[in-house]
Amino acid sequence: MNLHPDVAVLARYADGDPGLDEASVWSVESHLESCADCRARLAEHTPDDVHELLALVSAGVDRGIATGPAPTPRRRVSRRRFEVTLAPWLTMTAAVLGCAALLHGLYPDLPSLVLLLAPVAPLPGVAVSWNRRTDPAWEVVAGTPRAGLGMLLRCTAVVLAVVIPVLAVAGARTGAPMAVLLTPCLAFTAASIALGTVIGVRRAAAGLAAMWAVAVVAPSLATAQVPALLQPGGTAAWAVAAVAAAGFTVARADRFRRLTSGN
Amino acid sequence: MRTMSAAETAPATYAWAIHAEQLQVRAGRHLAVDGLDLRLQTGVHGLLGPNGAGKTTLMRALATVLKPSGGQLTLLGEPVGSRADLRRVRRGLGYLPQEFGFYPRFTVREFVEYMAWLKEMPKRAVPAAAQRAIERVGLTAKADAKMKTLSGGMVRRAGIAQAIVNDPQVLLLDEPTVGLDPEQRLDFRELLQDVGVDSCVLVSTHLVEDVVAACTDVVLVNEGKLVFQGSPEALMAHGEEGDAGFSPAERGYSALLRRHRGAAA
Repeated sequence: MNLHPDVAVLARYADGDPGLDEASVWSVESHLESCADCRARLAEHTPDDVHELLALVSAGVDRGIATGPAPTPRRRVSRRRFEVTLAPWLTMTAAVLGCAALLHGLYPDLPSLVLLLAPVAPLPGVAVSWNRRTDPAWEVVAGTPRAGLGMLLRCTAVVLAVVIPVLAVAGARTGAPMAVLLTPCLAFTAASIALGTVIGVRRAAAGLAAMWAVAVVAPSLATAQVPALLQPGGTAAWAVAAVAAAGFTVARADRFRRLTSGN
Repeated sequence: MRTMSAAETAPATYAWAIHAEQLQVRAGRHLAVDGLDLRLQTGVHGLLGPNGAGKTTLMRALATVLKPSGGQLTLLGEPVGSRADLRRVRRGLGYLPQEFGFYPRFTVREFVEYMAWLKEMPKRAVPAAAQRAIERVGLTAKADAKMKTLSGGMVRRAGIAQAIVNDPQVLLLDEPTVGLDPEQRLDFRELLQDVGVDSCVLVSTHLVEDVVAACTDVVLVNEGKLVFQGSPEALMAHGEEGDAGFSPAERGYSALLRRHRGAAA
């Protein structure tokens, strides 16, 4: 607003003149909210008793702040929830990968379990990210605007941020390049979310993990050969699969707005 | 006092905060809400009905947790169909489920702030809004206590605090008075009337007396259908001397149910 109120009007407003009609009072007040110059001019016209009252209030507020309890330190509550629901599952995943690394040390002739388990390592964490069984407050959470794919991706990011470093440490001794460890892992994560738009993330993660165990882990342990899927040449195919699954998920993002019974 | 945003003071462009037409919602395989017509505007509405009448399923559908399987549901002027974008509607919702789950290791304040964050409130407004909500339910002294240390009634009040933290235009409370002692129930009624001045509040309860005392409007459902909607006085007027119940409202309630069952049979 560019039309500053007349100085005389401001003075009458400061005095609390009952003759000033309501419409003028409103227009003065709404102007004062946005105009520092007029507030300064108003201060010049304010009677002494108002100044005294303001000083009294300000002293009172200062005293209250000084004597009151100190503000509690703020913690990011959005992060704390991940600690609550994801921490046990991530601990378990890390422990399993640790055991796999130990086994590799004991039986160096067998294909490394770390390499075999790397693709499915994030799945337990992903499965519990958007799940009515592991989240006690699922019903209130499911009715909020943030609920949906965004929440699921946040949780998945936390899962990957923990699982990838663990994989990197556990996989260092296998001598396999990082790309061979990580691209299948990303592809499986993306695939479980993509399949989750159809049957629910929990079922999708469990199904994919079971399929991987039966079709790849068991045969390769039986034959003591590293499967062709996990040779360095397969990385490009895994990357393509990951991108395709991500694209499919984005196209069907609305399926996560409500928690289905599959989750 | 708090600053009102332009969106809050803008006139509503819809006639009904909650508008359901021939609404059908499934609870598992069972059609728990079956052809319900409901129109609700600002005020406190009490949702009554016998066990298994579909109250909780209706509440879940209104809270956009369950997908309606048939009919039309419009909340705050926006259709809430299966493929609708629910974000805008959900920002204006507050919901206390019947089985209120919480994170035991969160403090009350952390939980309410977390819910405020989930409801996409502006970051800077969250601490003050959480404090205000906690004060309104009378939990100030317990604000920094862990949720697992609270009694049943206090957990319920924390649940009400998370529901009202975003000053919702539609507030859905499923059995909010369970576990509250008589004095807290009186405070709660006052809070309801306070919130009901400018929002649409729907309270599901099995206590007919709560409804008569705190609600401007009674909604009676049975077997997934609307049986009666009107003022508490109109409910009482339906009761006759011979009907079951200790008060006029209870007699009206049982008379209406009996008539509805008779008509259906």
